[in-house]
Amino acid sequence: MLRFIKLPTLIMVLAASLVVVTPVSAEWGLNLPTPVTPIGEQILSLHNMILLICVIIFVGVFSVMFYSVYAHRKSKGHQASQFSHSTFAEIVWTVIPVLILIGMAIPATATLINMEDTAEADLTVKVTGYQWKWHYDYIDSGVRYYSNLGTDRAEILNQKEKGENYLLEVDNQLVLPVGRKIRFLVTANDVIHSWWVPKLAVKKDAIPGFINEVWTRIDEPGVYRGQCAELCGKDHGFMPIVVKAVAEQEFDAWIAENKRKEEQADSAPRAPANSALTADNADTIDGDASDLAQAAQ
Amino acid sequence: MAIAADAHHDHHDHHPTGIIRWITTTNHKDIGTLYLIFSFAMFLVGGAMAMVIRAELFQPGLQIVDPHFFNQLTTVHALVMVFGAIMPGMVGFANWMLPMMIGAPDMALPRLNNWSFWILPFAAILLMSSFFTGGGAPAAGWTLYPPLVVQGGMGVDLTIFSVHMLGISSVLGAINIIVTVFNMRAPGMEFMKMPLFVWTWLITAFLLIAVMPVFAGAVTMLLTDRHFGTAFFNPAGGGDPVLFQHIFWFFGHPEVYIMILPAFGIISAIIPTFARKPLFGYTSMVLAVTGIAFLSFIVWAHHMFTVGMPLVGEIYFMYATMLIAVPTGVKIFNWVATMWRGSMTFETPMLFAVGVVFLFTIGGLSGLMLGITPADFQYHDTYFVVAHFHYVLFSGSAMAMMGGVYYWLPKWTGHVYDERLGKWHFWSTTIFFNITFFPQHFLGLAGMPRRIPDYALQFTEFNVISSLGAFGLGLSQLLFGYIVFKCIRGGVQATREVWDKPEGLEWTLASPPPYHTFQTPPVIK
Repeated sequence: MLRFIKLPTLIMVLAASLVVVTPVSAEWGLNLPTPVTPIGEQILSLHNMILLICVIIFVGVFSVMFYSVYAHRKSKGHQASQFSHSTFAEIVWTVIPVLILIGMAIPATATLINMEDTAEADLTVKVTGYQWKWHYDYIDSGVRYYSNLGTDRAEILNQKEKGENYLLEVDNQLVLPVGRKIRFLVTANDVIHSWWVPKLAVKKDAIPGFINEVWTRIDEPGVYRGQCAELCGKDHGFMPIVVKAVAEQEFDAWIAENKRKEEQADSAPRAPANSALTADNADTIDGDASDLAQAAQ
Repeated sequence: MAIAADAHHDHHDHHPTGIIRWITTTNHKDIGTLYLIFSFAMFLVGGAMAMVIRAELFQPGLQIVDPHFFNQLTTVHALVMVFGAIMPGMVGFANWMLPMMIGAPDMALPRLNNWSFWILPFAAILLMSSFFTGGGAPAAGWTLYPPLVVQGGMGVDLTIFSVHMLGISSVLGAINIIVTVFNMRAPGMEFMKMPLFVWTWLITAFLLIAVMPVFAGAVTMLLTDRHFGTAFFNPAGGGDPVLFQHIFWFFGHPEVYIMILPAFGIISAIIPTFARKPLFGYTSMVLAVTGIAFLSFIVWAHHMFTVGMPLVGEIYFMYATMLIAVPTGVKIFNWVATMWRGSMTFETPMLFAVGVVFLFTIGGLSGLMLGITPADFQYHDTYFVVAHFHYVLFSGSAMAMMGGVYYWLPKWTGHVYDERLGKWHFWSTTIFFNITFFPQHFLGLAGMPRRIPDYALQFTEFNVISSLGAFGLGLSQLLFGYIVFKCIRGGVQATREVWDKPEGLEWTLASPPPYHTFQTPPVIK
């Protein structure tokens, strides 16, 4: 049967069908997402630069190779020359890559130094990974709560239509102010997790017994979604991160309100506070702040 | 006299037949065949797991497997492909070709050779049996990071023992290769006259001896942490989970070169034959391979930038990693220069070789991007990484082995393979491979983490494309099995040289070569 289909024809048909099935739309996300932090901007421009250099090198090298594949073939009667080395060429293609690499290393190092500077933060949030949820602790004000997957189990099991933010929604979002330097202290309670929000360009492993530091400063208010990035067991794919960035006054008001409610809850007998938990977050140990956080959304 | 000599020769060729031949063989050609068959079988097993993974990821939501089993599949898929398919496959090539390339009658340590192969099937059975234990196979990824791996069931222990056995097999094989290359070269076969495939395997063998014991040590520490009350990696007992990652990647980074360096050797054998031109820059190729092997020991922490290293450490590992691009670039440029102004034809082995140079470079460049620390924070543990290492491992190592099989199959079997089907195999593999893995770059950049059984809706389209490509890629490999089977069974008699005046001692032998070859050393020009 194969005999009746010419191989080049088939390749062209396949290539054409690829073009047809890949209409590039903005929804498809071909590059890193547009960041909302200064570090994110730096990383994006670094990424775009190295990607461009790589593409140029790739196109350059393989233009030469495919020209050779086209022109220097036996079927065109090309005679093989027998040269086997050229010290000059070999030095050139050792030295030029070194120079290109140095050109890449300079901005990369600058960005890296900037990323690692967690000093003089305005606000500190301790992030703790659990199997399989996140816990947030605003160290300065004592507000703390758990953040669980908000997607209905029925959606995961295909028994119900999936919502717009399927698997990227939580019960209690992490509320952060725009314009302030926020330092995260990242750790874990059981196995290694990794706290990652692509639009903030923050990814740090949460490791039991270690406290990692990372920082961000968010420029624009909005909701930014991410996921655990280190395999942490059965529900690794089901512990998303949702950051809600709000204006500074709004954030201060939110903290004040939650602090007050938390103090009230602390002074009140424990039992009533716990019984106020809804069935949904009953598995969260100190989930008493979670309903407060929900109110702020 | 002549008759007597022939009779003597015949007697020498006697060996048991049937299954006993294969169990007791000490012949490098038989053992090479066993390794290659084992490799292909494991390639199909690991591939079947990949098919289930891609079927689950075909649509968002959970359809076919539960998340815990999904994690077992990703873990064992990787272990099977790395330790079952690629590494033994390369050893198969070494067994077949090294003695024939350096003019030796056999490997230096033939009984050890038999043993190092026959450990493998049992190690594989041990690994696969972990699926049937309580808690199933390991589900912490092939990197076996604690503390997660410590939570696993008995399957993890079986895997640890399996890794020990695989490690013993690899180290024995490596010792054999080094001893063979050092002692068994025909007179006049100086080091700098050895074919590049011999060079790459010699260096790979040193890498194996250096790092396999490190890996064995790491998994043994896991075993004692799990059962004997130690706390190497348990912070509650004063241990350090990140220590495991350092040890693992001290093994793991040279390991990726163990898988790719022999592939470089195969490519360096194929391209000159079909360009009808000597390999360009032989000396710089040898130096580049040596340089890559050295650098592979001092870059390991680039796999773990996100664990939170000191700034100086991050900068050092970034610079060291970027340096690897230089010798790797030299190799790519030298291959292109070998093709330049040649007189090329494109039989199946050459198609695979050109395909590998082209596609491996994509993986190499994405590897360079991953080495840039700040950018790596965005790529790390996403599908960008999955795309990267499949471009270097599948379209580097695996496709180089396929090219190598087509290149030497007529020599091994004495039959010409079906060229038309071979080309079909190349084109379907290449096209489906790219449909499978190229979109995964986009998925990773858009924010899809790796090792998840279910994903957010914006990742759907590329996952659909990737899964369809994967099914095609899987099916294409059945064609490969058929072509090889058909060639073993019969076909047009291959000539001694097979190709158009190829370089190398193996082409001076009959096709197929006699059971024992070079019992008197050949004369080297």
